[in-house]
Amino acid sequence: MAGTAVRGRLTWQTATVASVADETDTVRTITLDLLDWPGHQAGQHLDVRLTAEDGYAAERSYSIASAAGEPVAITVERLEDGEVSPYLTQELRPGDQMEIRGPIGNWFTWEPGDGGPLLLIAGGSGVVPLRAILRHRQRAGSTAPARLLYSSRSLEDVIYRHELDQYRGSADVRYTLTRRQPPGWGGFTGRVDDAMLTRIAWPASQRPLAFICGPTQFVEAVAGLLVARHYPENRVKTERFGGA
Amino acid sequence: MALDGNAIGGLLTEIFAAEMTSAQATCATCGAVRPLADTLVYLRGPGTVVRCRQCTSILMVISRVRGFNCVDLSGISTLDATAPSA
Repeated sequence: MAGTAVRGRLTWQTATVASVADETDTVRTITLDLLDWPGHQAGQHLDVRLTAEDGYAAERSYSIASAAGEPVAITVERLEDGEVSPYLTQELRPGDQMEIRGPIGNWFTWEPGDGGPLLLIAGGSGVVPLRAILRHRQRAGSTAPARLLYSSRSLEDVIYRHELDQYRGSADVRYTLTRRQPPGWGGFTGRVDDAMLTRIAWPASQRPLAFICGPTQFVEAVAGLLVARHYPENRVKTERFGGA
Repeated sequence: MALDGNAIGGLLTEIFAAEMTSAQATCATCGAVRPLADTLVYLRGPGTVVRCRQCTSILMVISRVRGFNCVDLSGISTLDATAPSA
């Protein structure tokens, strides 16, 4: 993408945890201090490497949660049988260090010049890079119309809920709650389906730009529905994650 | 369960010394042209396997042997890293 420095080398560096903040019962945002960071685009990710005393190393990729120009932050969901996420969400403290490399990726990214209208569809913690896009859009003063459809098990599991609700003045933010809804819930329920997209997806004739992020099956299902609605494949950007 | 090429963005940069998720790869088997970000990626095997989303043929296999990345690109007929991202 134009404007981004081409980096020939991607090197591991030591990051220091500046702060941690709980988003939900199982999700934590970790803000990092980095000595050498070239800046990042909304939607990019970074790799984390944790090395045990015996030399065993585990690597994971995490989306960058912060907007371009902000300190680097990642948001991590704890998977009970995970190898890395329990440490990151429960044991890591400010001042602790870990190895990271990044920023990575120039496909699943958005800059104000890419325009819109934007259709952002998140499954669970797939909201993280989409939050970076919404946050970047807000900070950059972009007027590109934006809609976010966020599929979450329950309202308590919605990550960044307070912040996302604040975007409602300038973006259309909707939740669909798949497992449990609060009394009197008037929003969407159940999995993202074609009827939901009929209400929230921009018509293909408006040349929308779609970003879908979530678990593989979620992304496959939603991308298929958008292509069936005549969204061109190169305007439907997808990022899949799997727990580990 | 397959992920996609975004998941190996760091590994691809390690190998090609350039950002590659937007690079357009042509499948040597079916001729489909897609960004590497939009491939099927399997991380759980002994190596990393990248398959064509169109025909599922193997595009690329990356295995790490004694600290070196061994890359088999025989499933890709062209790889264009200068392609625009959209």
